[in-house]
Formats: sequence, structure tokens, C-alpha cells
Amino acid sequence: MWMIELPPFVPFFIGALIVSLTRGTLRGVIMVAIPIVSAMHLWLIPEGIHLQFLFLDYQLTPYRIDKLSLMFGYVFHIAALIGIIYSLHLRDTMQQVSAMMYAGSGLGAVFAGDLLTLFIFWELLAFTSVFLIWARRTERSYAAGMRYLIIQVLSGVILLAGALFYASDNNTLEFGYIGLDSVAGWLIFIAFGIKCAFPMAHNWLTDAYPEATVTGTVFLSAFTTKVAVYALARAYPGVELLVYIGAAMTCFPIFFAVIENDLRRVLAYSLINQVGFMVVGIGIGTALAINGAVAHAFNDVIFKGLLFMSMGAVLHMTGRINGSELGGLYKTMPKTTILCIVGAASISAFPLFSGFVSKSMVMSAALEEGFEWIWLMLLFASAGVFHHAGIKIPYFAFFAHDSGIRANDPPKNMLVAMTIAAGLCLAIGIYPQALYALLPFDTGYNPYDATHVLAQTQLLFFSALAFVWLNLKGLYPPEIRSTNLDFDWVYRRAFPSALQKIFTIIWRLDRALRQGLKLKLKVYLTVIAQKNGRLSGLLSRNYPSGSMVMWVAVMLAIYLLLSFIQ
Amino acid sequence: MKLQKKHLFDAPKNIKRILRLLYVCCILLLLLDLIIDRHISHSWENLWGFYPIFGFVGCVILVLVATRMRTFLMRSEDYYSNEGTDDKAITTSGTQSDEASKRKESISQKSRTKKGDRDVDD
Repeated sequence: MWMIELPPFVPFFIGALIVSLTRGTLRGVIMVAIPIVSAMHLWLIPEGIHLQFLFLDYQLTPYRIDKLSLMFGYVFHIAALIGIIYSLHLRDTMQQVSAMMYAGSGLGAVFAGDLLTLFIFWELLAFTSVFLIWARRTERSYAAGMRYLIIQVLSGVILLAGALFYASDNNTLEFGYIGLDSVAGWLIFIAFGIKCAFPMAHNWLTDAYPEATVTGTVFLSAFTTKVAVYALARAYPGVELLVYIGAAMTCFPIFFAVIENDLRRVLAYSLINQVGFMVVGIGIGTALAINGAVAHAFNDVIFKGLLFMSMGAVLHMTGRINGSELGGLYKTMPKTTILCIVGAASISAFPLFSGFVSKSMVMSAALEEGFEWIWLMLLFASAGVFHHAGIKIPYFAFFAHDSGIRANDPPKNMLVAMTIAAGLCLAIGIYPQALYALLPFDTGYNPYDATHVLAQTQLLFFSALAFVWLNLKGLYPPEIRSTNLDFDWVYRRAFPSALQKIFTIIWRLDRALRQGLKLKLKVYLTVIAQKNGRLSGLLSRNYPSGSMVMWVAVMLAIYLLLSFIQ
Repeated sequence: MKLQKKHLFDAPKNIKRILRLLYVCCILLLLLDLIIDRHISHSWENLWGFYPIFGFVGCVILVLVATRMRTFLMRSEDYYSNEGTDDKAITTSGTQSDEASKRKESISQKSRTKKGDRDVDD
């Protein structure tokens, strides 16, 4: 041991502090050095509990390492490094500091050994990442960031409530298997589900990620959802409900992705689709399935990062990201095109690319455990993901009709970051044993047998054939500048407009009631005034109090006058 | 690398070549189905050409359903920023005129912003 056992979030938080105080090259060097040093440090530390103390009778464990958390720890370091290199050209302290803090919070969350520590990092993830959205500095991004923050904080509050219930039930805060047989279990499940983008709680992701900055989205795509996947794998392995939720997550986003115009939003939908595969794996809960889920999370961070980086490069260089405005970029951005295609092949799970070696584990596990229909849904989603992420993204950005845009390849640091990610995609795809050795269980799984390879290749090639056929027939939906309604319509449109209508009705009722009352009062007053007028003719005709006041004033004035005279 | 050659797909001949390559690959893969002895873990896989047919049909259904979804899900681009004005769905029926207007719009867009303009980040 060459250093004290510091939790990995500490170097990142210290790094964020230093970054805020330095400028220029020095800042860049420090930002790149921190994930490398921290990863080397993590590599040397053995598994086990490394930090523990008592807090109000509860044992808190801010730093616990086991195989499950270690996998996420490694990949978060890789993601942080790639993201930092990708954003080296930036001169924006806010973004760079919040990116460091965000990566640190993600690491803090996966090494948290108790629910209270988890909660703290859970909320920090939300508060640090929202600045990556706001850093775009547009009105849209401000509003989207606000919605994002509200939903994320809501998830945190539910988690805290669940943790308190859990503590009172079990007299411990230890973060281990929780299960769904108590109120606490359900609350924590919902909290994880929101961050994991379960169906109907998924729109924070498709809403906010495409509105973030070019570099911000790369960070965002890596941490938040993967922390949620980690938390589910820790607390709810083998919960059958997750299989169905996950299967739904793999299928519904692909429909939205096909008709979406903003290419980064297409990727956001496909992110949900990929997380769906992980959730199914966790739900099945066998050694192979959990391995598959974790391995897929590992690979997804890298290839989804690569895809977001390539689309970010397009946005950075052209200022546009809508499929309807892009096309023909392969002519002037050849490097980005090739790197994007590597990412696309990885997410589509082509043999020899990283997606293949992890997704097939989940699929095999589903079939082994007798989830036949789920397996069919996953197969459909695999074909679908190739369709929208594998073909649509590169096709509409780099090929399709020539948009006339002649943008160059992005700055070197962006290309370096993308090349690292693409290299990892290929390395893991070609030599998966290196990845498998790190997984929580030893299953002796081999993805490269003739059956798997043939089946997957057939599936993909005929999906491509379908794309070609649809395009030639003119059946493929054209890219149109538009907004597609999703579940967020409920809270962005339906709910506010329903509230507005209700309030309009309430105000109308209120006005009618008041007017009626005023009318009644007037009638009574006239009646009384008439009676009063008959009684006292001169002093009070219609308005008794009015004339009274007048006469009092007159009398006081006379008094005043008299006092002057005196 | 082929792609580094400039304007590779400007020639329709090259596109045709790529497509022909794809068709050949597809046929080869179908034939391989007969040759390679697979370990079947489910009876559905026993059907001849299960994966190719599933992939093809699945994708066609996906795209057709998604296109259909546009009729009731699609709104104008500034739907959420425009308070309650444009509530009607864009109709996809008049594709021809749609295409034309779209093209006009994109052209005007092009002339408005110069090449290489950036509106994000630094």
C-alpha cells in the first residue's frame, strides 16, 4: 500500500476545488491526472470495508469495496477520463468543476455501504449534474434543467423516506439486499426506479440530456442511470417485477427513437433501451444474468459515451443536431464518421464489438430461466436498437441527402477521447475474457460460439435489409422538425392546463358568489337606508353613516376654529 | 479506408455496390443456416430462418407502427414553448407539400446561419 485508503470521491472533490482555482494548461493536466491516479489507487486496494463510523447509533460505511461496486468504480473512472479529455478545449469553470463533482458523486454512491451515505451522494448527483445542463445557457436548457432537478430531488426524498422506514424496521442502515416485502422496500424501489428511468418516470432523461452542453451530455450519459442500475443490482436482484419493467424499457423507447428528429434525443431514448437490458438481467437474478447486467452497464457507459461524443462533435462543429438538417458529413468529417460507426456497431451488438459480449449474456439467461416472451421482446429490441442507433444515427448525420454543410472534424482532444472509447469497444469485443475476469461471478460463459454469432449476425443483417427495403419503398418516416409527445406531456401540458382550467372555474365561481352577495347587500342597504331616511330626514337621507361622518367633521372643524379664535 | 476518399457516395454506382454487397451477405447468412449445426435452446429457433425473418419483420413492424404513431404524437417544434396555441397535430397525409415546405424551410435555415456557426459551448 503506497497511500492511505482514500474513498475515490475524495480525489475528485479535491480536484474540483483545484480546478476552480487554476487556469489553462495546468487545469487540463490536473483534470486528466485525477481519474488516472484515482483509478490506479483503486486498482491496488483490496476488497472489504475501508471506512466506518458510528452516527446516532447507526453504523455508517462510506467506503466499501466488493466485486459489484468495483466494476462500476472502474468504469466510472474510465468514463470520467474520457469525458475530461473530450472537454479539454472548454474554458468554462462551471462546467468543469461540476463535471468533476458529478463524477466524484457517482463514485461515492457506488462505494457507499449504507443507505444514508447513498442518499447523500444520490442528491449530490442531482445537484452537481444539473449545472452541466444549465451550462448551455439557453432558456430551454434552464427549464429542462429545472424539471430534471425537481424529479431527481424527488427521487432522493423518496429514498430518504424509504431509508428511514428501513432503519426503523431493521435497526440498521446497511445497504444490501432489500427486496419488495415492506413499505421501505417499495419506497426505495421507486426512488431507484425514477433514477433508472422506469417507464413513465423516464422523461427527465429524454427531456434534459439533449438540452445539456456538448460535453455535459457525455458525462450525464455515464453516471446517473448506471448508479441506479448498480443500486438495483445490489438491493433487488431476482425481483421478478424487474424483468417485466426492463422488457418494457427495452421496447417502448425504440418507437420514439425512430420518429425523433433530434439525434441526441434519439440516443437518450436508446439509453433507456439499453438500461432496460440491464434491468431485465437484474430481475432474472441468476449469476449469468447479473453478470450480463453489470457487463452491459460497463460496456454501455463506453459505447453510449462514444455515440454521444460523436453527435456532440457534430453539434459542436455544425451547430445543428436535427436529422432533418444534417447529412453528407462523411465528406468532411471522416474520422468522426468512422468512430461513430464503431459506437453504432457496439450498441447494435455486432460480433467483435463490445455490446455483443454482454447483451448475449442477458438474452441467454432469459432463455435459460424460461422467460420466452421476454426473450422475444429483447430480440425485437435488439433488432430495433440496430435500426435507430446503429443505422439511423450514422445514416442521417453523415450520409443520407447532402445537407451542404462542410464542417471539419472536431478538435484533437475530442478525437482522442472518441478514439480511446472506440478502442475499448473493440478491445472488449475481441477479448471479452478481460472484462469477464472482473465480473462478480465466474460463469465460464463464452459468447463466441457459432450459434450465437450466426443468430446475431442474421438478425442484424436482415434488420439492415429491412431498413434498405423501407427506404427504397419510401416507407421510412422522413425526418421532420417536430416535438413528439411522450409521458412528460402529462406534467408539462395536461397537468398545468388542467390546473389552469380548475382555477378558472374556481375564480368564476368566486366572482359569481361575490357579485351575488354584493347585490344582496346593496338591496338590504337600500331598504335599511330608506327606513332610516324616513326616520331622520335631514341628517341622514340614503347613507346614514356618510352624513354622520360629514356632520362629525363639520363639528370638529368648528371646534378647531374656536380653539384658534381663543 | 474507403470512406476517406472524398464524395464516395456521390456516384450512384457505389451505393448500388454497397447494396449488392448487403444482399449477398444476407443470402450467404441464410445459406449458412442450413450448413452450421446450431445448439438450439428453444424450439422456436428450430424454425428455418427464424432470426432473419424475425429481424426483418420486426423492423418493418417497428417502423410502420412508429410512423403511425406520428399521427397522434407529433406536434410543432415549439409546442411546449408556445403556450396553448398550436394544439393540433401536424398531419402526415400531405407528404408531398410537407416535403416541399420542409425543404424550403431548411434552405432558408441554411441561408440564415453561415457555415460553421456555433451556438453552443464556448
